[in-house]
Amino acid sequence: MIELKRVSKSYQNCALPAVANLSLQVNRGEFVFLVGPSGAGKSTLIKLVFREQTPSSGQITFEGRDLSKLKQKELLRHRRRIGMVFQDYRLLKQKTVYENVAFALEVIGRPVKEIRRKVPAALAEVGLTGKEKAFPAELSGGEQQRVGIARAIVKDPLIILADEPTGNLDRNNALQLMELFETINRSGTTVIIATHAWDLVDRMKKRVVAMENGSLIRDEQRGSYGNEHLST
Amino acid sequence: MNISALKYGLRQGILSLRRNLWLATVTAGIIAISLAILGGFLLLAVNVGQMMRTIETNLEIAVFLEEGADPADISRQLAEHALVQSYLLVPKEQGLVEFAETLGDPAFLAGMEGENNPLPDLFRVKASDAQSVAALATDIRAFPGVEMADYGEELVGRLIGVTHWLNRLLLGMSSLLALGAVFLIVTTIRLSVVARQDEVGIMKYLGASNSFIRFPFLLEGVVIGWTGTLFAIVALGLGYEQLATSLQQEALTFFIRPVTDPALILPIFGGLLLLGTLMGGIGSIVSVRKFLRV
Repeated sequence: MIELKRVSKSYQNCALPAVANLSLQVNRGEFVFLVGPSGAGKSTLIKLVFREQTPSSGQITFEGRDLSKLKQKELLRHRRRIGMVFQDYRLLKQKTVYENVAFALEVIGRPVKEIRRKVPAALAEVGLTGKEKAFPAELSGGEQQRVGIARAIVKDPLIILADEPTGNLDRNNALQLMELFETINRSGTTVIIATHAWDLVDRMKKRVVAMENGSLIRDEQRGSYGNEHLST
Repeated sequence: MNISALKYGLRQGILSLRRNLWLATVTAGIIAISLAILGGFLLLAVNVGQMMRTIETNLEIAVFLEEGADPADISRQLAEHALVQSYLLVPKEQGLVEFAETLGDPAFLAGMEGENNPLPDLFRVKASDAQSVAALATDIRAFPGVEMADYGEELVGRLIGVTHWLNRLLLGMSSLLALGAVFLIVTTIRLSVVARQDEVGIMKYLGASNSFIRFPFLLEGVVIGWTGTLFAIVALGLGYEQLATSLQQEALTFFIRPVTDPALILPIFGGLLLLGTLMGGIGSIVSVRKFLRV
């Protein structure tokens, strides 16, 4: 599904590359944890897959298409097949829970009928039925992130990319969210999560891709966080 | 763009206008002022153009004969000339009477009748068209028996020069004003974009197209541009109508007849509307461009 071949990414004014000569393959339906200390290149990797950034060298293919060669329309189609989840939720404060989730379909021009059908289903899936009219400020952190996940899944993405989704949550909420991601993954959606939550990674026994200084240092099926968290 | 996207864009555009109502009003006001000045300049240019044409069309060449020259000879030569439309002999006796009328004091010319008349015979010649006046005057000067042929070329030349510089000055000032108005639109829309920066960023992450994101801002800019232009047109139209009516009533002179032909006035107003719309649209596109690079 996603294949990175010797991908490097350097930013201006940075001596070291954020991602260095990294090769990785993620298949459909996989659940992958990206782990590593801050500055290891996890977020850059997610941005590269989303095509928010393009690699300085190497090639990234998504469903067989070279991401560097996507035209504007293809880029939109690519992004619409990805559900993004952020550490800071990125919800619109002036919109209700329902409106925030519906927004994901509105901005890609989906018809009202489809929006009315899909939004309640997505909210039900993340356990927020009954909170439709609440504003983000009225919700707990865990609930806000559930809205973020509902917004990501409502457009039926092929893949969920989550950058530190539990970074602002307590352990209990974080665990519940990871279980939610697992449920979403079981329905066939590929899930890639960049995280520092070493205890959850160890507990869930999923594929773990560990990075350090932009390089891949470990790739294990049913892996654990390892010792990387000690240096964070 | 489908119907739901259009609805969304309209809703956001209206919301944004309401949120920035004060700044939008000021911007529309500045656009109104700058376009009203530009429109005023254009109306002035149209009127000056018409005045120049009237002067040129009515130009007469005054042909002064030498002492003892035979008016019949000159008359024959004028009749044969292709560029002459009409001519009229003003004998020196009639010339003296007309001069006395101009001075308004017949007593001043007492004793100048008959042999003492200092004026020469003259012909008033009209050219077949305004462009031929200069060439015809040159030809007539070469006629034997002609002392001088004058049509006020100095005055016409000066008028053309002044008109030329006036047009340049007005165009320069209008361009600066329009540019200032565009900058103001850019600032207004940029404030709207900044107010919705998070939303724009999220929209990019959700896969919204640039045209979808741009549409509400474009709408906002165009509405501001239109509003300003409509105010300018209404103010200019009313002001010009009043001025034209009072000038016509005064019947100041033959030359100052304001242009009232809709075929000349309406294109100016249409052009202003187009310009206002373009200013709004371009201002919006410039403002949003930076925020779409994600």
